[in-house]
Amino acid sequence: MKNKKIVMDAEGIDRSLTRIAYEILEKNKGVEDLVLVGIRTGGVFLAERLRRKISGIEGKEVPLGILDITLYRDDLQTSHPKPRLGKTDIPFSLDKKKVVLIDDVLFTGRTIRAAMDALIDFGRPMLIQLAVLIDRGHRELPIRADFVGKNLPSSLWEAVSVILTEKKGSDEVVIEIR
Amino acid sequence: MNLLLKGGRVVDPSRKKDAVESLLIENGKIIQSRKELPRTGKANRKENATGLEVLDLRGMILVPGLIDMHTHLREPGFEFRETIASGSGAAVAGGFTSVACMPNTNPVNDNRSVTEFIRRKAAESSLANVYPIAAISLKSEGEILSEFWDLKDAGAVGFSDDGKPVVNAALMRRALEYASSLNMPVISHCEDRSLSSGGVMHEGFVSTEIGLPGIPGIAEEVMVARDLLLAEFTGAPLHIAHVSTAGSVRLIREAKTRGVRVSAETAPHYFSLTDEALRTFDTAMKVYPPLRGEEDRIAVREGLRDGTIDVIASDHAPHARTDKEVEFHFAASGITGLETSLALSLRLVLEGILSLSELIEKMTIHPARILRIPKGTLADGADADITVIDPEREWIVDRGLFRSRGKNSPFHNWPLKGKAVLTIVGGCIRYRDF
Amino acid sequence: MKLNRKDILGIQELSVEEINLILETADSFIEVSTREIKKVPTLRGKTVINLFYEASTRTRTSFEIAAKRLSADTINISASTSSVVKGETLIDTAKNLEAMNPDIIVIRHSAAGAPHMLAAILRQSIINAGDGAHEHPTQALLDMMTIRSRKGTISGLKVAIVGDIAHSRVARSNIHGLTKMGASVCVAGPATMIPLDIEKMGIVAHTRVEEAIRDADIVMVLRIQTEREKQNIFPSLREYAQYFSLNRRNIGLARKDVLIMHPGPMNRGVEISSDLADGPHSIILNQVTNGVAVRMALLYLLTGGAS
Repeated sequence: MKNKKIVMDAEGIDRSLTRIAYEILEKNKGVEDLVLVGIRTGGVFLAERLRRKISGIEGKEVPLGILDITLYRDDLQTSHPKPRLGKTDIPFSLDKKKVVLIDDVLFTGRTIRAAMDALIDFGRPMLIQLAVLIDRGHRELPIRADFVGKNLPSSLWEAVSVILTEKKGSDEVVIEIR
Repeated sequence: MNLLLKGGRVVDPSRKKDAVESLLIENGKIIQSRKELPRTGKANRKENATGLEVLDLRGMILVPGLIDMHTHLREPGFEFRETIASGSGAAVAGGFTSVACMPNTNPVNDNRSVTEFIRRKAAESSLANVYPIAAISLKSEGEILSEFWDLKDAGAVGFSDDGKPVVNAALMRRALEYASSLNMPVISHCEDRSLSSGGVMHEGFVSTEIGLPGIPGIAEEVMVARDLLLAEFTGAPLHIAHVSTAGSVRLIREAKTRGVRVSAETAPHYFSLTDEALRTFDTAMKVYPPLRGEEDRIAVREGLRDGTIDVIASDHAPHARTDKEVEFHFAASGITGLETSLALSLRLVLEGILSLSELIEKMTIHPARILRIPKGTLADGADADITVIDPEREWIVDRGLFRSRGKNSPFHNWPLKGKAVLTIVGGCIRYRDF
Repeated sequence: MKLNRKDILGIQELSVEEINLILETADSFIEVSTREIKKVPTLRGKTVINLFYEASTRTRTSFEIAAKRLSADTINISASTSSVVKGETLIDTAKNLEAMNPDIIVIRHSAAGAPHMLAAILRQSIINAGDGAHEHPTQALLDMMTIRSRKGTISGLKVAIVGDIAHSRVARSNIHGLTKMGASVCVAGPATMIPLDIEKMGIVAHTRVEEAIRDADIVMVLRIQTEREKQNIFPSLREYAQYFSLNRRNIGLARKDVLIMHPGPMNRGVEISSDLADGPHSIILNQVTNGVAVRMALLYLLTGGAS
């Protein structure tokens, strides 16, 4: 029997993203030098939604990049077959930019570590901030998000997944026992 | 020591015999063979007194000692591949009591001293009978005839430049004429080097796909055709070695119909394997002539069935590991064959291509007649060279267990049925596996 | 779909799914080579040996760049034509390399099957960088990647391969790959360069270039090994250039948007006229660029775990 629980519905997700959009603008005092980078795959659709919200608020487009962190993962040495590699697409310079990294769930922090290493290979940002929809705890690295949709205390044997309409039929955050 | 072989099925094509009978061997000769055992009290007392060993061979097949008329024993010169002693050991383990060995040693067997050396080494190892085949030309270079009379006197039983073709047609003509006057066969390695050069496998779809340079079937057939014409012209006996293609079988069949004095042999790998086996690039599959296409394999079997091909010979070509553990291009050609030849040939009987008697003919009396050696029969008074075959024995080829120094077998790990379990040479048991 | 194999020896044994995975992975690697810092840490601490028994600047450099952009350490060994020359067997050479614990061995050899021999006995991954006239899988993969990136798909395209088919590993690998991916392939060259039964590979063979390139979407021109002249494979370079080259006169038979490819190095004025090689239809340099990405993809997909 699967123990599955919806912890955030479509409205909840939307409200969180709206709040995060305002927080990003507030903290960065507008959109100047601001760029968004979504982490493949979970962060990409969230980044696009945040971009729309920000442009709705400010009336200005913010550059959006997509980052695949596979090549920077710290568990590649032992994995065979290899995880599928996605495309990285950051069609602008990161030099002196305020970069907001966006992912769906913040867990051990290893993905964010890989993402920061990757970003730094693309240039020298003025600063990097992190926005996540869910922070489920259990950090293995000293990493903390600047913008959090919802703090969701979880146990290690639970799986937290963010489901978005862009991929599946509904918007919801689900927690289930593995 | 005298031997009484009781209860086995004796298959002796030289006497058109296939019946259960006993063989009594005294002083290295078959002194009687008949259906009934010697039953008289007198005979029994005699047996006891002389320590007659009686072997119960019920369920076994007794055949005249097998003859492999095409082997490479590598000595002198290439003792790291095989010696006359190790090769003779492989022979008796494979059921062969007599082998003929090709002259491509170092030095080449093109003179009396090499022939005598081979015979002396064979006598010292005293396992199988070894019959040297001498070179047609000095150093097998295709230029100058070797001394056929002197070589015959020294014990050579035929002439061949095996491993190389005799390129010069005039030299081949002279060799046939001269050998004919000695009543000796010329054994031809048929290959047109201008057509085969650079090739390492059969030219066909497989070579096209895997990109190894091909040796076309015509490289063999062009030379078979030439030699058949020369044999017809000279009237001399010609033996074609290692027939591998459908075209060669057809040419020989036609020549025989015309009455040309030609005989032919093929090797077990040509009726057991095809070029498909090359897809793994396993150098054990590299041999000359190369493993051919399926239509060739079928034609060779048909040639065996209809008598176009008279002899099965292994073309036993042992190689050292270092000869084979290199790129396919550079690997030595050849298959070590003495210890798998019989069982692979017995498959022809199981598959209904040949009767047992027809098979044994191709491995006993036919090669004996071609080489004019007094072997291949179990008639009264004949040398007691006998091979006992267990037709039901199932075994798996393990090259590691070969007595040959050459482990280069493409049949490693093949399950086979039928095996020589007792090899008697000149009345002495030289191999026993039961 | 994951690539779960130890070695890349040829296209023949790859499935369509595996080819797609490799091409898609390679597409993702294109971007790495366009960065300011063209290096990712993926293969840090891995060692790639380029064992080249046959001279090849282009392929060796491409593999070396691919490995370095993935942060692997690379060692280039340019051996003589064969281990035999040194008096050492290939197996001995291989075992010596294995004892030094590399992760991947890239091998180029003039003898077909040499990579297979290594793959059978070594625990390391082997990538075939060209073996005799057998296969050149990375070349075919980069060719397919280039075609796909330009045409969107391979399926349904008409591809003509022109030149010495008999001696070409590029032709064989591409025939395997392109037919698997749904292209219709034909080859053309003098009859002496068309190997026996080649049509059994699922293609059409012509002895006139014009017949092959008519309505072709892609024309792949092969390099003529000039030493073949001596083997009477063709009478002279002059005659070959006149009757079997791709040139301004015959290219009009192909489709208007035809793409011209060549695995390099080119004999300008022999198998291809210089203006076509440099012209708007030529994607020869894209092939080279994609070569690095394909090789990065293979190094990435093959390395890892002692699983």
